[in-house]
Order: sequence, then C-alpha cells, then structure tokens
Amino acid sequence: MGTLIARRLAFMVFVLWGVTLVTFFLSRVVPGDPARLMAGPQASAGDVAHISRIYGLDDPLLVQYGRYMRDLSHANLGFSFMTRRNVRTDIAAFLPATVELAGYALLLGFGLAVVTATAAAYRRGTWTDVGGRLSAIVGLSIPAFWLALLLQLLFHTVLGWFPLGGRLSPGVVPPPHVTGLLTVDSLLAGNLGDFTDAVAHLVLPVTTLAAGVYGLMVRIMRTSVIDALGEEYVRTAEAKGLSRWRVLRRHVLRNAMLPGVTVLGLEFGLLAAGVFVVESIYQWPGLGNYAFQAIQASDYNATLGATLVIAAMYVVVNLIVDIAYLYLDPRIRYA
Amino acid sequence: MIDRADAVERGRQAKTSAGGLRRAAGAVRAFLAESRLNLLGVVLVTLILLLAVFGPLVTPQNPDQINLLAILQGPSVHHWFGTDDVGRDIFSRVLAGGRISIEVAIVILSLSVTFGTILGILSGLAGGLVDELIMRVTDLFLAFPGFILAAAISATLGPSLQHTVLALAVVFWPWYTRLVRGQVLSLREREFVLASRVVGAGTLWIATRHLVRNVLPIVTVQVSLDVGYAILATSSLSFLGLGAQPPSAEWGAIITDGRSYIQTAWWWTAFPGLALALTVLGFNLLGDGLRDWIDPRVRGSLGGVQE
Repeated sequence: MGTLIARRLAFMVFVLWGVTLVTFFLSRVVPGDPARLMAGPQASAGDVAHISRIYGLDDPLLVQYGRYMRDLSHANLGFSFMTRRNVRTDIAAFLPATVELAGYALLLGFGLAVVTATAAAYRRGTWTDVGGRLSAIVGLSIPAFWLALLLQLLFHTVLGWFPLGGRLSPGVVPPPHVTGLLTVDSLLAGNLGDFTDAVAHLVLPVTTLAAGVYGLMVRIMRTSVIDALGEEYVRTAEAKGLSRWRVLRRHVLRNAMLPGVTVLGLEFGLLAAGVFVVESIYQWPGLGNYAFQAIQASDYNATLGATLVIAAMYVVVNLIVDIAYLYLDPRIRYA
Repeated sequence: MIDRADAVERGRQAKTSAGGLRRAAGAVRAFLAESRLNLLGVVLVTLILLLAVFGPLVTPQNPDQINLLAILQGPSVHHWFGTDDVGRDIFSRVLAGGRISIEVAIVILSLSVTFGTILGILSGLAGGLVDELIMRVTDLFLAFPGFILAAAISATLGPSLQHTVLALAVVFWPWYTRLVRGQVLSLREREFVLASRVVGAGTLWIATRHLVRNVLPIVTVQVSLDVGYAILATSSLSFLGLGAQPPSAEWGAIITDGRSYIQTAWWWTAFPGLALALTVLGFNLLGDGLRDWIDPRVRGSLGGVQE
C-alpha cells in the first residue's frame, strides 16, 4: 500500500505541474496588453512600456514561465491589479467564504441524499422509488443560476424571509477572525446576533448548491444500498433478529457509504462549477466570485492563482479519496 | 460477452429486414416499460427535438421582432410567455433558443466524440509510449474541474457562442478517450479481432471495421448522458457573459437579459429557465435509463413494478 500511495503522490506532483503549464500558457494568449491593463487607460505609452519592462512582459514566454515557477516555489502568486493586493492575500481572504458555503451544501445534500436513497432502495419499484429517483435527476438538471434567481424572487422579494446576498447584513460587525467561517467564529465569540445573520445569508446559496450534490449522491447511494440489501450479512443480521433500524445503521449504511466516498471527488468538481455561478449571483465574497471577476477583468495573475488553487484542491481531494478508499477496503489494505 | 457481440452483429444484419424492425420496436417498448422515468425521458426528448426541428414553422412570431407597443406584457393568449422590454415574444424566443441549444450540443459532442474516439482507439491499439503520452494528457485535462476550465478558455478566446462550444469540446474529449481506450483494450484480445488479424487484416481495417462499431453503443450512452450537461454548461456560461451574447435567443443569454426585470417581469426569466430545466431533465432521464439498460448489474432492479 505504501508504494501505491507514493505513486499517487508522484502522479499528483506531475498533474499539478501540468496544471501550471496549461493555465500559464492559456493566460498568456489572452488578447489585450496586460501592461496596458495594469497601467490604466490614461497611462502614456512610456508608462506602459515601463510596466512591461518591470514585470518582464516583453521576455520570451518560456522565460516568463520560468520566473512564474520560481515565484510559485516561494508560494508567491504575483500581484493582482484588480484588487491591488497579492493574489495569495486575496485567496486567503476569499477562500473561507467558499469553504463555508460548499461545506454546508455538501452536508445538506449528502444528508438528504442518504434519506432519499435509503427510502427509495427499501421501497424499490414503488412510487417512493420513482419519486426519489426523479427528485435526484431534477436536482442534477435544474440550472443553478435559474434556481438561484427563483429562490431570490420567492424568498427575498415576495416573502422577505432571507437576504438577497452577501455574507452579513450591512452594518453588522463581523466576529473576530479565527477560522474565517462566520458561523463558527460568531459562536466562538458568543455572538448570537452575528450567527443568526450569517445563517440567514447562507440558506439560499447553500440550498442552490446542494441541489446538484443531492442529485449525484442519491444516484450512487440508491444503487449501493440496493447492493448492500442483497448481501448475505444483511440477511444474517435480519435473521439474528436485529431491529430494522439497527440493521440499516450498522450493516446496510456502513457498507453503502463506500461508493459515496468515491464520488466525493466528482462532487468537488460539481461544487467548483456551482460555486462559480452561485457566488456571482448571491454576491458571495468567495473564491468563485473572485475567479469570475478576475476572468472578466483579464487579471491574469488572479485568474491563474485562483484556477491553480481550485485545481490543486481538486487534485488533493481526489488523492485523499483514493487513499481513503484504499484504507477502507481491507482487501487492498492488506494486499 | 461473445453472445452480446453476436447479437449486435445479428442485429445489424437484420436491421434492413422487417424482422429487425420489429425487434427494434420490441426493444424500444421494453425500454419504455422498464421504468416510468424512461417513458418521461423519451417523451420530453422527442418533444424537444420536434420543437427544435419544426419550431420555426410553428413559432407565432419572429423571435427578434421588436414591438414597442407591446413591451413587458405578462403571459396572455397573444403572448403565451409574455414579452420583453422591447416587445419581443418570449415564447418565440424560447423556441429559437431550443434550436440553438440542440445545435450547440450536437457540435460540442460531435467534436469531442470524434477526437476522443480516434485518440482512444489509437491509445488502446498502439500501447507503449503513445498510449502513455495520450493518457497523461487526458489526466491533465481531467485534473481540472471542467466548468472552470471551459470558463477560462472561453474568456481567453473572447466571449462568443462559438468559443464556448470549442471550450466545452476541449473539456469533454478526454472522457471519451478514456472510455474508448478501456473498451479497445478488452476488445483487441477478443476472438473476432484476433481472427481478423490472423486472416491478415491491417490495423486500420480492424480499427474502422471492428472497433468503431463495437465501441459505438457505449459511446452512444455516454453521449446521451452528456447532452444535458453540454446544454446546461453552455447556458451557464452564456448567463455569466462568457458565451452567447444578447440579443441572441440562447436561453442563458435571455435570462441574463431578463434578470434585472425579474421583480416586475418574472415570465422573462421563468419560462426560458423552465425550458432549459426540462430539456436537461429529459436528456438526463434518457441517458440514465440507457445506462442502466445496458448495465446488466443494475438491469431489472430499476423502476418497473416488480418488488
């Protein structure tokens, strides 16, 4: 198993290097002169040339790539002219908002999916099953941007239950920064007002994002619960006279979770796409919104940095999933 | 496995005869009877395809016709889905948008299937260094969350529908290369391919005569699963301003247009979005049904009424 993990790690390094290669060259074919964008529209030709020289934008691409890699090895992602800060600082500032949003969406989607999948699998072929499967495919099919707009229309404009967007209402003082997750930080500070406000702001974006997570998870879990129900050990457990609930919890779900773990990697890709759309609609100050604005402003250091971090997280999540899978499956663990 | 290849071969020979047609009709009927969701998917997809093809014939108005005397009208007998801020008929625009979405999906998937299948066959047949190289390149592409990569590519090329199509084709092909390569690896050891080789068939002959035909069913299922996602991704990119630009009647672009009017003219965003949701739903149901249909492990355990 050690060599397997070592090979995975080596592969991860290769993929991450490839990611820098693809994103770097993609960002350098952007039409438009980055030096001009940095200098601003009023700058003189001399200023633009000066900026070009300072940042080495006249150098051959390979030289620029070498410099980029050197900076990267010092964890330096360059300077964003959109926010006029270091990209690393920006990402550190925006990442917690995304983690909070995606984390709750994952929990909500996963939790609901386990219930639906179990109910559907236990009542296979009935209307409960058909309804559960349909709800999963609807969750996967409904356009996130459209769902977001409808939820805003219904729950903000018409009913007035939840705010339109953002993480906190204007005028609310954020809790002292500990984790960057507002729901956690506000509780740590014992500030219930902040906590309620943060939760109210989370409801709509989390629901929007959870729809896709739910859909994907129900599809996987339903099949794996059905598989588990057909196993000998479940029949044995039932024959022993264990209660239905205990059989479900100890024998069925525990085994049916494994495939659920393997799709976490897929879920992450889905969340990354969802975050992009959902954050821009709900004005959520997260990484997706940052990347989107950077792309629109042709701010290539920011685009590159954000894409790199998202891709790196994706690769790492998949690595963890692979290792977790190896670990959870004793046939591989002891091989 | 051989049984199925035989059945496929026999099915092909029989296709021209009346018996083949009857058998095909029987298969379709069995597929529809397997699950109510299959039926729903087939109905939705048929409806959408019919509207995409014949939409221009039944469309009540020119989708781009401006009528300043009828701006922002709610749904009515004259304008089923209402009108927008310059009096264009939303129903006509939704129909036009459906055609765009179907065309876009066809182009995206043709590009990625062709490219992906050729590379997959090459990879599987050649083996060695070529295989290694192609697989590592697909690994690279699959290491990105697809939507982010597509967004970055279309932003780089400049926002337009054509560039979105290209960007999504770039995102989709590696999946097909992987899928086809896996199939080819198992197919190339099978009797009929080995026999063909023994008889002296060349690699190109084997690739075109045997491999392409035999990977076709599984590729078809994958395509049916991807159509919905291709349409959804295109509209999402258009909505973000990275794809089709207004005044295009592409669904995402219509919704972007109507977004600032959502509080006064809900129909402008609601109906194009509903059309998009139903289209994606239809293709996802069909794709899901087909995948389960060809997967003997799940087969027979879905939908239906057997307990």
